[in-house]
Amino acid sequence: MKRYLWFALLFTLLTASMAFSVLAQGSSPTDDEVNAIAKQLYCPVCENTPLDVCPTLACKEWREEIRSMLADGKSEAEIKQHFVDYYGARVLAEPPRTGLNWLVYVVPPVLIVAGAFVLFRALRNWSRPSDPEADTASDEPQPAPDDEYIARMEADLKNKR
Amino acid sequence: MLADFGFGVLAVTFIVTIYSVVTAFLGDRRGSSEMVESARRAQLLTFPLISLSAGILIYLLVTNQFDVSFVYEVTSRGMPAYLRVTAWWGGQAGSLLFWAWLLSAFTSAVTLRKWERDREFLPWVIVVSSITLAFFLSMNLFFENPFARFYQTASGVAAYTFQPAGGIPVTPQDGRGLNPLLRHPGMIIHPPMLYLGFVSFVIPFAFAIAALVTGRTDDRWTRVTRRWTLWAWTFLSLGLVLGGRWAYDVLGWGGYWGWDPVEIAAFMPWLSGTAFLHSVMIQEKRGMLKHWNMILIILTYALVIFGTFLTRSGVLSSVHAFAQSAIGPMFFAFIGLTFITSVSLLMWRWPDLKSETEMKSMLSREAFFLLNNLLFLSVLVVCFWGVIFPLISELTTGQKVTVGPPFYERANAPIFGTLMALMGIAPLSAWGKSTALTLGRALWKPTLPALLVPILAYLAGFTNWIALTGFFLVAFVIFVTLFDTYRGARARQRAQNEHFLTALGRLASRNRRRYGGYLIHISMMLMAVGILGIELFQTETQGTLAQGDSLQLSGYQVQYKEVASWDDQAAGVNYTRAVVEVYKDGKWLGELHPRIDHYFDSQQTMTIPGLRSTLQDDLYILLVDWQPVSAGGATFKIYHNPLVNWLWIGSLVFLAGMLFTSWPDRDPSPIPVRAGKHVRQPAAAD
Repeated sequence: MKRYLWFALLFTLLTASMAFSVLAQGSSPTDDEVNAIAKQLYCPVCENTPLDVCPTLACKEWREEIRSMLADGKSEAEIKQHFVDYYGARVLAEPPRTGLNWLVYVVPPVLIVAGAFVLFRALRNWSRPSDPEADTASDEPQPAPDDEYIARMEADLKNKR
Repeated sequence: MLADFGFGVLAVTFIVTIYSVVTAFLGDRRGSSEMVESARRAQLLTFPLISLSAGILIYLLVTNQFDVSFVYEVTSRGMPAYLRVTAWWGGQAGSLLFWAWLLSAFTSAVTLRKWERDREFLPWVIVVSSITLAFFLSMNLFFENPFARFYQTASGVAAYTFQPAGGIPVTPQDGRGLNPLLRHPGMIIHPPMLYLGFVSFVIPFAFAIAALVTGRTDDRWTRVTRRWTLWAWTFLSLGLVLGGRWAYDVLGWGGYWGWDPVEIAAFMPWLSGTAFLHSVMIQEKRGMLKHWNMILIILTYALVIFGTFLTRSGVLSSVHAFAQSAIGPMFFAFIGLTFITSVSLLMWRWPDLKSETEMKSMLSREAFFLLNNLLFLSVLVVCFWGVIFPLISELTTGQKVTVGPPFYERANAPIFGTLMALMGIAPLSAWGKSTALTLGRALWKPTLPALLVPILAYLAGFTNWIALTGFFLVAFVIFVTLFDTYRGARARQRAQNEHFLTALGRLASRNRRRYGGYLIHISMMLMAVGILGIELFQTETQGTLAQGDSLQLSGYQVQYKEVASWDDQAAGVNYTRAVVEVYKDGKWLGELHPRIDHYFDSQQTMTIPGLRSTLQDDLYILLVDWQPVSAGGATFKIYHNPLVNWLWIGSLVFLAGMLFTSWPDRDPSPIPVRAGKHVRQPAAAD
């Protein structure tokens, strides 16, 4: 609880400092405008809960901060950057595309493509030694038992044709 | 006193388990069937022993023995009796014991089977499963003792297994109570289901290792464990679905799945398990992919332990929590050791596991199954990397990062789409040989009506191309599946001169794996409809309303009537319940009651949605904030979740499909017929 209180205090101070500009601007952004940005942010305390649905007091204060920044005429990018500057990259839903973080985006596709390549090679190696005529040859093993009726049905369809 | 006894029983169980490992190992090496039999009996003894220990723990939980720290942590006087029983798996120590208990039950069931035709596996199945059991018991014995009690010492009150010198026993007045999030019915069944899934994957793994050690290279191990694997997969799937339903009902963020690392931890063994479930069929039908199946089951086992490790060690909140928790490094070491040992065994046997037949065509069913495997493993790679990367980042640069839903969705959506396409194509391809021509001939009929679906959807106003592709794929898979079933039943009808429905029933009941599988494919498509609906078309709005005011969303009007707050002292909860009226296009639909529940004992708050659910859409209303009616208004958040109900309907169809596929046969050991027609041969053809 204590750390929530600290956060609350911190946020209150931060938001208070902006209060004047809010008053000056007059109109207050809607909850939906606030949530549209909050959805993309994660507070450092509540793990893996997006800011727009986080019920803690700290997150409520964050949302108010977004609201006052919006009222200030700040853009979405500016607001997100503001939180990153204060609390680090972890507030973003995805790591920023810089430095080591590139790994998170590069490694899976590389591995998947490598896997696809290995699979393709293996399939080709498997199919090559066999006679190309094998496709039509009848040296197939007996149809597996589950396919008993399917085999019969296929024969049936062939006859019909 | 009783707690000490419970701990003593656990200690004895641990010794018995170690005994069964050693005796089984030596029995096999020395060729002594007496020793193996002794190991088997020792193994069988672990189940009643752990049950006794668990029974004692439950007794302590039910009778409010708060001097036991585990009881203090997960129960309180206000909790009803059934929740005190289920609190058994509501905390770290208890859930590890629960894991061990399930594993012991499963291993006992497997050692009780008839072993005539694969006796050589028995000692190694005991060795593998008992080592796993011993590991979990050791976690309870040395690090997370559910029977530890509170003592007051010079340095304060803490939980100890044995009374410290000069320690005075302490009994708190009341417990902290189960985390209210875990008091939901879904959460009562969800962990056992997941654990059942996790634990039952140990059995096929044990058989796989037994096959590797004994050098038996046929498909015996996959045949024996086929049902185990199916059940394991069923439990794991149900666990995941129940978890989703629980999140939807209780977590109050309008969704069912948030790509949270804890969710992914359970999803990863499901992915490799699903790949295994498919590729094992190729081994049975064609004698191929023996290496690959070994790799998959080893991977699944490692991921099962890894999943338990991720959720239990605290590593996810911070790598430093990992270092602080005692069990984290132990899990890590255990995963490493078992993985390296299994892979070494596989390398050793690699040359013996040659394929019996060759791949004939890139369009054969086995080729499609391999592609299916590649895709499942691709999702696995994305998930694994997404979970691991924040840990790597924190370790190497000290920078904490979040890998959240956008990452997973972007990467996995196309893979899932391809999987759906494959789900439609693969069932129509033949084993062994298949050409573009034969495949095309089989596919065009169901494809045409499936194309109508996105066209109609487009005409109805859907312009999102992802949705249109998704709807096409769903229709494609469903039509292919129905068409193929129809073709089969027609063929049988003609061949046997039966009524169509009789033919359909007999066809399905004699090929339960195939047609149960089809039903599961259809269920997946129904679930896909729900997922497409909520992921692509969810809308939301939030606003603070004065009494009588309304919010509008997607044709719905939600009017705030009143709010009331009261304490339920007996349950230890403060309820705040709002009443809202729901209208659609001016028509009154009813009242909904979104709630905020605040639990005194754990100081936690839950946001329970007011939910109106139809086949078409869900209206999901949250009470975000409120002031007493006189002082102002209440803040509501409303989600409109189109089609999401199909996710749950799909889950029910899935369950039906699984039951159909894996329900025990009258013949306890069905042996597939290699040749001849509809003769059910007894145990001989193997």
